[in-house]
Amino acid sequence: MKVVGQARRRVDARAKVTGQTRFADDVVLPRMLYGKLLRSAHPHALIVEIAASAARAAPGVHLVLTGADFPTAYGIMPVSQDEHALCRGKVRYVGDPVAAVIAASEREAADALALIRVTYEPLATIASPEEALRTAEPRIQDYGEGPNLHRLAHFAFGDVEPALAGADQVFEDVFFYQGSTHLSLEQHATVAALDADGRLTLWSSTQTPHYLHRELARALDMPAHHIRVIATPNGGGFGGKSDPFNHEIVAAKAALVTGRPVKITLTREEVFYAHRGRHPVLMRLKTGVRQDGTIVAMDLETLLDGGAYGSYGPASTLYTGQLQTVTYHVPRYRFRACRAFTNKPPCGPKRGHGTPQPRFAQEVQLDKIAVALGRDPADLRLQQLAPANSVTANWLTIGSMGLKPCIERVVQGSAWRERRGQLPFGRGLGMACSSYLCGAGLPIYWNEMPHSGVQLQLDRSGRVTVFCGATEIGQGSDDVLAAIIAEVLGLETTDIKLVTGDTDLTPVDLGSYSSRVTLMMGNAAIQAAERAKAILSASAGQKLGLPAERVAFADRRVFDVENPSAGMAFQEAVVAAEVEHGTLGTTGSYRPPRSAARYRGGGVGPSVAYSYTAAVVEVEVDPATGWVRVSKVWIGHDIGRVINPVLARGQVEGGVYMGLGEALMEEQAFRRLPPRLSSALVHKIPSMLEYKSPTALEMPEVVTYFIEDPDPSGPFGAKEVGQGPLLPIAPAVANAVFDAVGVRVDQVPITPDLVLAALGAKAKGKSGRVGPEAFPAVPWPEALVVPPPWEGGNGKAINEPAKSRDALPTHHSGTAGVKV
Amino acid sequence: MMRAPDFRYHAARSVKDAARALKDGGPDAMLIAGGTDLVPNLKRRQQTPALLIGIRHLRELRRIRNGKGLMIGGAVRLSEVAADRKVLRHYPALARAAGLVATPQIRNMGTLGGNLCLDTRCTYYNQSYEWRQAINFCMKAPGATGGHACATPTGDAICWVATSSPRCWAVSSTDTAPALIALGARVTLVSSDGERDIPLEELYADDGMAYLTKSADEILTVVHLPPEDAAVRSTYWKLRRRGSFDFPVLGVAAAVRFGEGNTVSDARVVLGAVASHPVLVPESAELVGRRLTDDVVEAFADAAAAHAKPMDNTDLALGWRKKVARRYVAGALRELKEAHAAK
Ligand SMILES: Cc1cc2nc3c(=O)[nH]c(=O)nc-3n(C[C@H](O)[C@H](O)[C@H](O)COP(=O)(O)OP(=O)(O)OC[C@H]3O[C@@H](n4cnc5c(N)ncnc54)[C@H](O)[C@@H]3O)c2cc1C
Ligand code: SF4
Repeated sequence: MKVVGQARRRVDARAKVTGQTRFADDVVLPRMLYGKLLRSAHPHALIVEIAASAARAAPGVHLVLTGADFPTAYGIMPVSQDEHALCRGKVRYVGDPVAAVIAASEREAADALALIRVTYEPLATIASPEEALRTAEPRIQDYGEGPNLHRLAHFAFGDVEPALAGADQVFEDVFFYQGSTHLSLEQHATVAALDADGRLTLWSSTQTPHYLHRELARALDMPAHHIRVIATPNGGGFGGKSDPFNHEIVAAKAALVTGRPVKITLTREEVFYAHRGRHPVLMRLKTGVRQDGTIVAMDLETLLDGGAYGSYGPASTLYTGQLQTVTYHVPRYRFRACRAFTNKPPCGPKRGHGTPQPRFAQEVQLDKIAVALGRDPADLRLQQLAPANSVTANWLTIGSMGLKPCIERVVQGSAWRERRGQLPFGRGLGMACSSYLCGAGLPIYWNEMPHSGVQLQLDRSGRVTVFCGATEIGQGSDDVLAAIIAEVLGLETTDIKLVTGDTDLTPVDLGSYSSRVTLMMGNAAIQAAERAKAILSASAGQKLGLPAERVAFADRRVFDVENPSAGMAFQEAVVAAEVEHGTLGTTGSYRPPRSAARYRGGGVGPSVAYSYTAAVVEVEVDPATGWVRVSKVWIGHDIGRVINPVLARGQVEGGVYMGLGEALMEEQAFRRLPPRLSSALVHKIPSMLEYKSPTALEMPEVVTYFIEDPDPSGPFGAKEVGQGPLLPIAPAVANAVFDAVGVRVDQVPITPDLVLAALGAKAKGKSGRVGPEAFPAVPWPEALVVPPPWEGGNGKAINEPAKSRDALPTHHSGTAGVKV
Repeated sequence: MMRAPDFRYHAARSVKDAARALKDGGPDAMLIAGGTDLVPNLKRRQQTPALLIGIRHLRELRRIRNGKGLMIGGAVRLSEVAADRKVLRHYPALARAAGLVATPQIRNMGTLGGNLCLDTRCTYYNQSYEWRQAINFCMKAPGATGGHACATPTGDAICWVATSSPRCWAVSSTDTAPALIALGARVTLVSSDGERDIPLEELYADDGMAYLTKSADEILTVVHLPPEDAAVRSTYWKLRRRGSFDFPVLGVAAAVRFGEGNTVSDARVVLGAVASHPVLVPESAELVGRRLTDDVVEAFADAAAAHAKPMDNTDLALGWRKKVARRYVAGALRELKEAHAAK
C-alpha cells in the first residue's frame, strides 16, 4: 500500500502549525454579540424568583434569557431528556446555568450578570452516591429507578454463586476510581447566526454535530433542516464535547431572538462545570479461580457518582461492566451497576467511557491473584485469553484478538521475565491489559440507518472532494479519511479536498466518540471510493482497450496492471468517466452488523471489532515520601492496521499521558463545607493550575509496539487506537508500585500520602493495603438472566420484563410563580 | 476568558514618582511589577484596585550591584536572579529558589520584589468571584455584596480552613523569601516619607491577611545579601506536585556556615509554604557549635517539622506534608554537609 501505513504529515498540519485553523472561538462575524451564563451558586435549590430588570437595562445588554425561554427538555440519550438550556424551577449543582445575558461585549455581558438577582430556596445537598442511597427526599431529578438513583442494572450471565462456591479460591476486593475531567486545551465555544434566509447556523466545538443538530431542533422546536451545525476543528475533545450543551442552545436561541450572531465561549472554570467527565466509581469485584489462576466466575458491583443529570449515564453505567469479558475468558459473570444522582456537574463519557474503572479493578485483582498463587502475572493472563472469533458470556462477538502478541512484546521490551520482582526495593514493574470498542454497535437513538455516510464528487479538473459528517477533534479523522480515499484511488492525501462535520453539506456520521470513526467512516469511505474506482476503471479501461479488472490506480495514474507504462493520468480517467456518465459522484455507507446480544441492556458493549492493549510500567517509589515516579512505559496495541503511524503513535502516547494523569494525580474533587454551617458543595480546584494533570515535563519515555493483525471488519483491517491505550495504564502503575515496595493502593489517583500510609501500615505488621473498605448496600433489582453461549443461551434473557423499565423524565414546569 | 476589572495605569517615572503616586492613590492604589501574581488576582476579583502603578521598567530597580554584599533591585526578573553568576556561585539557595518558581515564561516576567510581596494563597481564596460566592466568601476576601440569599455565616466572619479560628491561615507561597531569609538578606523599603532597611524576616507577619508588616505605600527597592563567605553553604528544597510549574507546598531553605573542625558556626533554616509567613526555625541557633552528625540532623529535623502547620488549603494531603517536612529538612542539611565535605 502506498498511503495506508506510511508515516505522513497529517492533512491539517499546515493550518495547525501556522495558526490558521479556525477553532470555534476564532469565528468572528459582523455585528456579533456575546453571551455569558449566570450559574448557580447553590448545589441544590428551588428558584423562587429571578429579577432581571436591572440587567436588561444595563449598558450594552441586548437580551436576558431564563429558563422560561426554554420549555423543552433535551439530553443526549432519549431515555434521559432531563436538561434545559437554562434551569427551570430548580438548580442541581454549583455551576448549573440559570440565566444568560447577551450583550455587545463579553465584559458588558459579565457585568450585567452581576445585576441579576436570583432568590433561591436551598434544598438538602447530596454530595456522594452513598448519601444518594440514603436520601429519598429531596430528589435531584424526579425520574430514575430509585429515589436519587438514575440507573440500576443487574445481569446474570450464568449462575455465579455455585461457580464461586466451587472455585479453588475466591478473591474479593473493593476498589475506587476517582473522577477526572477531559482537560482539552480548547475551551468550549460556539457561535450562532441566522443566514439570509433566516435559517440558523451554529459553529461549535462539538464532537457530535449530528446529535447536537437533533437536540437543537428539539430544544428550539425548529425543523432540523432549518438548522445547520458546523463542527469546527476541536482543540481536543476526549468525550467532553459530545453532549449538547447549555451554551450552544442559548447562543442559538439568542441569535434567533436578536437576529444577530451570538458567541459564547466558556471559561476554564465553566468547562469544569460543563464536565461530562469520568465517573467516580466504587467497585466490589469477586473472582473465583482454579488453583492455577484460571477464572471460573466473576461477580462485579459498581456504584457510579453520576452528578446531577443523565448525560450518557445509562450507557456509562453499563460500560462499567460490559467489557470485562473480552480480554480473558470468563465462563460465568454477574454484573450489577448503580448510577446515583448527586449535586455535582454531570459525569459522562471520557476516553474509555466507563471502562477504565472496572478495568483497574480487574487488572489489579489479577495481579493479586498471580502473587497469591505464585504465578507470573503475564502467564496468568496468557493462559486464559478470550479466543479470537468467539462469543463471550455476555454475548459480545470477538473478531481478531491480538492481545497475546501485545503481551509478548511488552514482556520482551521491558525485560519483564528478568526484572519483575528482581529490581531493588523502590523500583518495580507492573503489567495490565485491556480492550476497547471500535465503535458502539448501536447509535444513541434507535434507528436502522447508516452510522456513517461518505459522498465523493469528482470532476474533470481531477478534483476529488469527500463529504462526510465525521468530526476532526485533533485525533486525525480528516487525515484518515483522506488516506483511505487516496489509497483506493491511487492518489496522495493532499489531492483530496475534504468537507467534514457540516450538517448542511455532509452525510450523517454519528460523531467522534466510542472510537468509531476510523472503522465506520473508513468502511463507508472505502465503499464510496471503490464505487468511484469502478466507474473510472470501466471508462479508462475502454480507452486503454482493457477489461476493467486489469486497470490499476497508483501514483496519480490509472494504468494496465500488467503493463504499467500503458495508462493515463488520474485526471484523464476522470475526464473519460465524465464523458461517459456525465456528472460524477458516488456514496458509501456503513452500519455495523447486528449484535448477538439480544437482551435488554445488550446494546452497550457490542462492537464489530475490539482493540487490545498490554502495558508494562516501570516506577520508582521513594519509600521515605511515597512519591511515585514513572520512569518508562512499554505499550503494545493491537490496532489491526496502522493507517498513519505518526497519528497512531500520537494517540497511544496521548492515551498513556492521560492514563498516567488519572493514575497519579487527576481528581475532579469537591469541597463540602461543614454541613452545620453551610450547604455549599463546590468543585475544589476548577483551574488549570490547581487541577493537577501531568505536563510534557512529567511524561516518561514511552515505547510503543503496534500489532498489525488486520481485522476483517476494519478498513484495510484497521481497529481503534484513540481510547484503548489509556486503559491499562492506571492498573499497571498500581501493580508496579506493589512490585516496587510491596504495598497495594486499591484506588486512583495513587498519591504519595496513600503510598506512605500503606508503607507505614505494613511496617506495623498490618496489611499494607490502602483503599476503600466497604461497598454500600444497593437495592439491586432482580437479575436479568442471560445464559452464556456454552450454557445453551441464544443471546436473549430468559426473564425479559414485558415492558420498559424506563420512566421517562417528567419535569418541573418551574415557571409558575417565577417572576422574570 | 476571565476579564480584569477596569483600572487606571500609571507608568512610574521613578521610584520617587511611584512612591508619591502610591501615597496619593491611598488604599485604591497598588504597585504592579511583572503582574504574574496580581493580574490573575484581579481577574478573580481578589483585589480590585482603581489605580495600578507600574514599576517593572524602572532602571533603578533592575540592577544587580556589588555593595557590601550583593544588591538586587526589586524589579529584577526571577530568570535573571536565577542565572546571575554571583548568585549562582555564592548564594545558591537563592538561585535555586528563583529558578524553581513557576515556569520559564513567568520567571521572565515575574520580579524578585513581586515574589517577596506575593499574596498569600489558599484554595478557598484563589478562586473566581462566582466560586467564592458559592461558599459565601471568607474573611480574607469578603464579597462586595456581603453574601447572598443562603443560610451560611457571612463570609467576612469566617475562615473555612479553621471555622472556629479568628484569623486567616492563607499560606505564604513565595519561593525566594525562605532562601533569602536563610541567607540573612535585608530589604530596603521606600515611601514618600523616607526609607528604611529591615531584615527580610521582619517583613512578614504570621497572618494570612496582613501578611506583610510594611505599610501599603512602601516599595521594596533593594534586596541586600550579606558579603560572600566561602564558608557558607546554602540550598533550597522545594516540594510540589509537578516540577514544571507548581507553587511550593513546602520549601526548605538552609544556610550553614561551617567553622573549625566542621562544626557549625552559623545556621539558618527556614520553612516556606507551611504557614502564613516563612518560618525561621528557632532551633537553628542550637546547631551552632555542633557537627551535623546523623543524630543532630534527625533531632533538628524533628524540631523543625514541629513548626510546620500545614492546613487543608493547598495541594496534597496535609498530614503527609508535615511528614515530608521532616525528610526535607534532614535532606537539605545533609546536602550542605556533603557539599562542605566535598570542598
Ligand atoms: C501559574 C503560576 C505559577 C506560579 N508559581 C509560583 C511558584 O512556584 N513560586 C512562587 O514563589 N511564585 C509563583 N507564582 C507567583 C508569581 O508569578 C511570582 O511570585 C512572581 O515573582 C511575582 O512577581 P511579579 O513581579 O509578577 O509580581 P506582581 O504580580 O506584579 O505583584 C505581586 C504583588 O507584589 C506587589 N509588589 C510587586 N513589586 C513590589 C515592590 N517592588 N514593592 C512592593 N510591592 C510590590 C504587588 O503590588 C502585588 O501585590 C506563580 C504564578 C503563576 C501565575
Ligand atoms: S485561610 Fe481561611 S480566611 Fe484565609 S483565605 Fe483561606 S479560607 Fe479564607
